[in-house]
Amino acid sequence: MFAPDSRPAPADAPNTAVPQDTGFTVLDLIVSNHPGVMSHVCGLFSRRAFNVEAILCMPVGDGLSRILLLVPSEERLTQMIAQAMKLRDVHEVRTDASLAGIFDRLRKVVGWNGVS
Amino acid sequence: MHLTGAQLTVRLLERQGISLVAGIPGGANLPLYDALSQSRAIRHVLTRHEQGAGFLAQGMARATGKTGVCIATSGPGVTNLLTAVADAKLDSVPMVCLTGQVASPLIGTDAFQEVDTYGMSIPITKHNFLARSAEELLFIIPEAFRIAASGRPGPVLVDIPRDVQLQMVDATVLPEPGRADTPLLPDPAEVARAARMINEAERPLLCLGGGVIHAGAGGAALQLARRADMPVAATFMGLGAVPTDDPRYLGMLGMHGARATNYVVAECDCLIVAGARFDDRATGRADSFCRDARVIHVDVDQAELNKIRCADAPLRGDVLATLSALLPLVEERDHAAWIGRVEELKSEHPLVAPGAQDPRTPYGLVACTGDLLDGSEIVVTDVGQHQMRTAQIYPFRRPRQWISSGGLGTMGFGLPAAIGAALAEPGRKVVCFSGDGSLLMNLQELATAAETGANVTIILANNQSLGLVRQLQDMLFEGRRYATSFTCAPDFAAIARGFGIKAFDLSLSHDPLQTLRTALDYPGPVLVNAPVSADAPVYPMVPPGAANTEMIGGERHVRA
Ligand SMILES: Cc1ncc(C[n+]2csc(CCOP(=O)(O)OP(=O)(O)O)c2C)c(N)n1
Repeated sequence: MFAPDSRPAPADAPNTAVPQDTGFTVLDLIVSNHPGVMSHVCGLFSRRAFNVEAILCMPVGDGLSRILLLVPSEERLTQMIAQAMKLRDVHEVRTDASLAGIFDRLRKVVGWNGVS
Repeated sequence: MHLTGAQLTVRLLERQGISLVAGIPGGANLPLYDALSQSRAIRHVLTRHEQGAGFLAQGMARATGKTGVCIATSGPGVTNLLTAVADAKLDSVPMVCLTGQVASPLIGTDAFQEVDTYGMSIPITKHNFLARSAEELLFIIPEAFRIAASGRPGPVLVDIPRDVQLQMVDATVLPEPGRADTPLLPDPAEVARAARMINEAERPLLCLGGGVIHAGAGGAALQLARRADMPVAATFMGLGAVPTDDPRYLGMLGMHGARATNYVVAECDCLIVAGARFDDRATGRADSFCRDARVIHVDVDQAELNKIRCADAPLRGDVLATLSALLPLVEERDHAAWIGRVEELKSEHPLVAPGAQDPRTPYGLVACTGDLLDGSEIVVTDVGQHQMRTAQIYPFRRPRQWISSGGLGTMGFGLPAAIGAALAEPGRKVVCFSGDGSLLMNLQELATAAETGANVTIILANNQSLGLVRQLQDMLFEGRRYATSFTCAPDFAAIARGFGIKAFDLSLSHDPLQTLRTALDYPGPVLVNAPVSADAPVYPMVPPGAANTEMIGGERHVRA
């Protein structure tokens, strides 16, 4: 189901909300943890020509994984969410722009300051 | 009780009630074939190409509404099958494909006949599985059938490595067969809102798509149309949802729809779209399509709502359940002025089908065939001009009478799909309208037709060209015809006879209508070669990027 605000942020998530005008938001997916689920999710976005800026995927126990996708918050996002909900291994989808901070910190790890 | 993975799979197919499967064996699915050979409940039809097997399964599914099953081996078997899978995805046809895979330890080593079946099938299936153990099959097989048939149907692929087919598994307790989920009910508040819109409308119009056929909602749609006093159009996939001779029926809208249909649709003030997805071939330029109308969109697939066109009332739910819920809330109306206008447009801009009386013309072939049959027949087509002509003028009388590749538009669909329909519905005659380009794409299935004795009459509108593409070159590329004419003109009647199939040639007949009648009366596979002119465009036509009201050709006054 699509629940805008039902899940707690990851324990160490920054509590400072990211400004809304970055143009990006985060799709937060709970999926079955099995080989192939990443292909299903990433393939959906690429074949529908919807850009994914960054991806994070971690197992969360109980046979589930959580996938965070940094995506542009554009009009077609609603359609992409509806398409993602149709994937059998995707159990929950929500958007949460405040999670974008995780990607800011990752950016430091991978060594790019975000300015090109 | 212990079984191999292959035996278990066959057992679960039997429990699903599957009685017919189509496929081709090979190294990676041999255990499955060995198990199939021991089944008394399942008949296997050996096709001559895996694409044929996929389309045969589709023919069964489209004719009956039940999930079709096809089988292929790894590597080339799978790649050959994929076109038929993609076709099933785009037209929402329930199908389960069982594919052999190289043994698990070899996966990822570029083994002989290994391809990434799982990866390749993701974008063209509703869902797919790679079985990692025989035990998993206990869950996967019924789940595949559940997914294929639930909500918006579609193809599901199950890839089974050879060692998994041979692995022993405890099958003492077998799972229940997979069944479609219970139909999804719409939100009553949304239904009430939509009903108000219909009640407020002065020029309502109902447009039916393939989802109406799937849901068995043709009757409910017609009831709704009568109550609200509104005309009914169909998309290509919705043909047959209501009988073409119903006074409210407008015909097919879109790229090759009748002028009247597209004009009427453009004038409605409330458009109720059921089980359709605003495909570009149906709407023409989307931002010009019924611009000022309020839109009520009924679909079981949430992602179709607001995808192309924002609906004023998006109704997610099973089409039958939703139309049935609307019915009591819709007021009985008399839209005399609107219906008068509809009748006026219908008589001013009817579909013009030159030569419809003469079986030697492309339209005449279709029209005369329709006249000679009683409506119990199933009509299958390939892809091209012959397909559009059939869609335009065939007198469809019931749902599932019409079987054609809509979304993918796959040449080569016709013959194997017709065989599948004929085997699934042995009591019915199946007519397959084909073109010489399309027939050559799965010609080898004449062997399957001969072996099965399928009751199929192939009517070949032989124009020695890729007619529809040639027409596009004439209209869009200033008549520069290139790579669309055949200089080799095979003797199709002789070819059919070479496969052991009865054949007629209309060009050699003194009484073509009588010959057509004889061919249609003949039980079992028969081919009618009908040479027709290549210079007979399908009109009207909405050019790419144009609005549906900007049709080219098909005006009544140019009737010859
Ligand atoms: C597999 C495939 N390849 C190419 C096309 C493009 N195409 C669409 S219609 C057509 C011509 C079909 O010719 P034919 O079957 O002879 O029918 P006609 O239009 O002449 O009635 C072609 C090549 C297609 N739809 N499918």
